[in-house]
Amino acid sequence: MFTWLHPYAKTERAYALCQSLFPYFLSAAVLGLVVGLVWGLVFAPPDYQQGDSFRIIYIHVPSAILAMGTYVAMATAGLVGLVWQWKTAYMSMIAIAPVGALMTFISLFTGAAWGKPMWGTWWIWDARLTSQLILLFLYFGVMALYAAFSDKQQAGKAAAIIALVGVINIPIIHYSVEWWNTLHQGSTITKIGRPSIAPEMKWPLLVSIAGFIGLIGTLVLLQLKNVILIREAHRPWVKKLLLTSSTKGER
Amino acid sequence: MTPRRKQRLTMVLIIGALLASAIGLMLYALNENIDLFYTPTEIHEGKSGQFPQVGQRLRIGGLVVEGSVVRNKETLSVAFDLMDTGPKVTVTYDGILPDLFREGQGIVATGVLQEGFVIVADEVLAKHDEEYMPPELAEQLKGIKHVKPSEAGY
Repeated sequence: MFTWLHPYAKTERAYALCQSLFPYFLSAAVLGLVVGLVWGLVFAPPDYQQGDSFRIIYIHVPSAILAMGTYVAMATAGLVGLVWQWKTAYMSMIAIAPVGALMTFISLFTGAAWGKPMWGTWWIWDARLTSQLILLFLYFGVMALYAAFSDKQQAGKAAAIIALVGVINIPIIHYSVEWWNTLHQGSTITKIGRPSIAPEMKWPLLVSIAGFIGLIGTLVLLQLKNVILIREAHRPWVKKLLLTSSTKGER
Repeated sequence: MTPRRKQRLTMVLIIGALLASAIGLMLYALNENIDLFYTPTEIHEGKSGQFPQVGQRLRIGGLVVEGSVVRNKETLSVAFDLMDTGPKVTVTYDGILPDLFREGQGIVATGVLQEGFVIVADEVLAKHDEEYMPPELAEQLKGIKHVKPSEAGY
């Protein structure tokens, strides 16, 4: 059923796929971020309680949601690596990790900057904030463990196990605001039923989320291309690729 | 899928399920300690049989009762009642309140429990809900007139 995927286990095909997907993600990133952020930060109406401070939601919510989504993607790559033992699966996993860590950091940072004026504190050890911090450490763990082995196939296996174990944190982050009482409020846009955000505030948020997806895709593809080139530097196709691009005067 | 891949997949899934249930049980056992605060009802009636002691440092979260905010004219000290669905708890605080503090707002206070369900707080944080809307819509829907905290007059 997944046999059409098998050619992408070869690094050359995976590299070519990165090349062809790159412009789409890049344009989604530029378009989504420019439209979503300008719309949200400038044109959306202020909130009835928080005034203009609520606008940080247009960076905070996309980065927080996608930090979790990116983690699931990374763990899936790890699972594929463990079970099917594709080289490119571990490469994707390690290409995704720093991008996810960046998203998690952005969500924590914007959350702190939002929490100070609204709640009155930068940080509180409530279940939502703490589990999101653990997510950041899980990303660091995957990256550190991968870097610790010189045999990259072994490294991928060890890092994939950490990544898979950490998946349990994802539902904990999501439901933390329902299972326990926290200072952090409940989910706004993933709430089922009545939407709890006015439509003129919701649309720029959705566009901004799309822009963040584009941004994450762009960064992951760049990173994955680098990982493939570095790991496969001794292969003839890489040498040929680098030679032709250097004679043409481009990368 | 080849049999070897199938075997590896089942191994990974079994280990994953075991770990998930272990962590689930752990969180279930720690359930009460993960809660950030006591509610006013829990201060009065205890939380699963455990009563907070007088002199204990704790966090309390609840809604500020309408009309209960009493400010000292000379100093920053302020007293107000908190409630959820049951009895009230009085909180006294000496310091700057967050911008979102107003009557009817959810807040979380950290302090020491005294006799007579009074808490002397050294930190007051404001909670807000997950609803975002423009001021005109809030006025229409909820009957909340948007008043800047600096103009609220209490």
